[in-house]
Amino acid sequence: MTAALEVHGFNKNFGALPVTRDVNLTLERGARHALIGPNGAGKTTLVNLITGVLKPSSGSVLLNGQDITAVSQSDRARRGLARTFQINQLFRGLSVLENLGLAIAERDGHSNNMWRAVGSNRAVLDEALDHLESLRLVDDALKLVRELPYGRQRLVEIAIALAQKPRVLLLDEPAAGVPSSESHLILDVVASLDPDIAILIIEHDMDVVFRFAKQITVLVQGAVLVEGPPNEIMNNEQVKAVYLGQEGHHGGGHG
Amino acid sequence: MAVSDTTNPERKATRERAAEYLLRRHRFQPAEALPWLIAIAVYFIFPDRMTFGSQVVVMVMFALSLDLILGYAGIVTLGHAAFFGIGAYTVGLGAARLGWTEPISGLFAAGLVAAIFGFLTGWFLLRYRGLTLLMLTLATAIMLQEAGNLRSDFSGGYDGLPGLEFKPLFGVFGYDLYGRTNYIYALVVLAVVFYVVRRIVYSPFGQALTGIRENVRRMHAIGSPVHWRLVTVYTIAAGTAGVAGALFTQTNAYVTLTVFDFDNSAKVMVMLILGGTGRLYGAFVGAVVYMVLEDHLSKLSPTFWQFGIGLMLVLAVLFARRGLLGLIEDMGPHFSSKRGKP
Repeated sequence: MTAALEVHGFNKNFGALPVTRDVNLTLERGARHALIGPNGAGKTTLVNLITGVLKPSSGSVLLNGQDITAVSQSDRARRGLARTFQINQLFRGLSVLENLGLAIAERDGHSNNMWRAVGSNRAVLDEALDHLESLRLVDDALKLVRELPYGRQRLVEIAIALAQKPRVLLLDEPAAGVPSSESHLILDVVASLDPDIAILIIEHDMDVVFRFAKQITVLVQGAVLVEGPPNEIMNNEQVKAVYLGQEGHHGGGHG
Repeated sequence: MAVSDTTNPERKATRERAAEYLLRRHRFQPAEALPWLIAIAVYFIFPDRMTFGSQVVVMVMFALSLDLILGYAGIVTLGHAAFFGIGAYTVGLGAARLGWTEPISGLFAAGLVAAIFGFLTGWFLLRYRGLTLLMLTLATAIMLQEAGNLRSDFSGGYDGLPGLEFKPLFGVFGYDLYGRTNYIYALVVLAVVFYVVRRIVYSPFGQALTGIRENVRRMHAIGSPVHWRLVTVYTIAAGTAGVAGALFTQTNAYVTLTVFDFDNSAKVMVMLILGGTGRLYGAFVGAVVYMVLEDHLSKLSPTFWQFGIGLMLVLAVLFARRGLLGLIEDMGPHFSSKRGKP
């Protein structure tokens, strides 16, 4: 069975500074994979390389066995690769419903239509509301995104990615910036995602990581330090020294 | 997950409400009749100002075309006069050099030529943003102007193509000294163009443009072909501006290379921002206020009239950042009898 996502020998330099160094990563279908590492380890850069926001200096990426290294960012998205952003990237002046409708309409090619009224396509509308119901956002459907509290906006961030019906989903610190009293709402959603979707999550909260992930990759200074199941990572002396030690100092910073 | 189970009456009601929320904007509101009623009233109240009236209608259409790219897609350009000029010269040269004087087919030809030019330049230029795009679009308009100047034997140069004559509309409605036919003609064309633009902005395509304006990063991430969307709307806006330019030539029976002026690109942007971007009727309010003010001030003081325009702009930037329509919207709650929540 081909893996959902394969990264082979990714390298990326910003000028003379290497930010990604020979990274290999495989996500099997339905994977629950966590990417951890200290601030500035290059986690978000790796997400940007996988999604095509950045071009790697060398290396390749395969989605469901197909080489997508040369494929544009939006083409990758249409092929089933979705992501969320560490800092919200939402259509703030539009309603929550429209935020989802846009993702669905672009996915199914309805956005080429210049004549039909938005909202007249019941399939799009119903699907958007289904997604909002399953994330308990339906009461906010007609509110503008910018009027929602930050925690709710984080849920919209995930809802848009889910509306893309992805095969592979990259979650970049889904609970970042949310007060800990509310973050469980978001992490509950993450935990109950469709088991068929391969998920890569960047997360600082080690409790969440060890509970959620079946496989963990530790990234340090752009390179993979170690990869393995949670119990191995938990007991790895190198990881303790390099990552968990620092985590103790900074206590859940956002990198 | 029991998706799309709409048997539950509460869920069904939620869905109806959501559909209503989206479809409401698409339907014509009674208030939207107002600008058209005013335009018709003007015909009867100022029968001797119809030439000026036609110019205003042409500028409304020009501003409306800019609203598609500036107001909806959020792309700022400074060369929109290029398309207006191409449209103006398509019918001008067609009449002067080829004897093509049938007005309606001239409009279509002008729109088509301008759209093709919009597609070609847009394909290259819309990869850029911000200042780079401003400079490149500005340069495009200037290059066209200079090309016309270089071949002034053909284009008429800055002396223009005077005394153009067009066939009567449908072979029936000839042109009168007061330009009343022209006014009705321009108004009808504007109504048709407005209907099309209005459908576009409330369509899924229009929504995608709004998405590009609101957050282009997210549009890429959800798989939107952003460049293609921008080229498409740029082409449509160019075609619309071309039709406006053609109307300009037809109603004035005269065109010079000044239509390509930077002044023209800047003026239409000022009008749109003054009225309010991304709201369709901003083009109406902005163009009318600007043109009427310019007309009065230039009569009042032929040398210093631009001071008045400048003052108005400063006031608009200070007190009406979202344009005059935005200002009216903001003031709405203060006059509403309900008070409190709008």
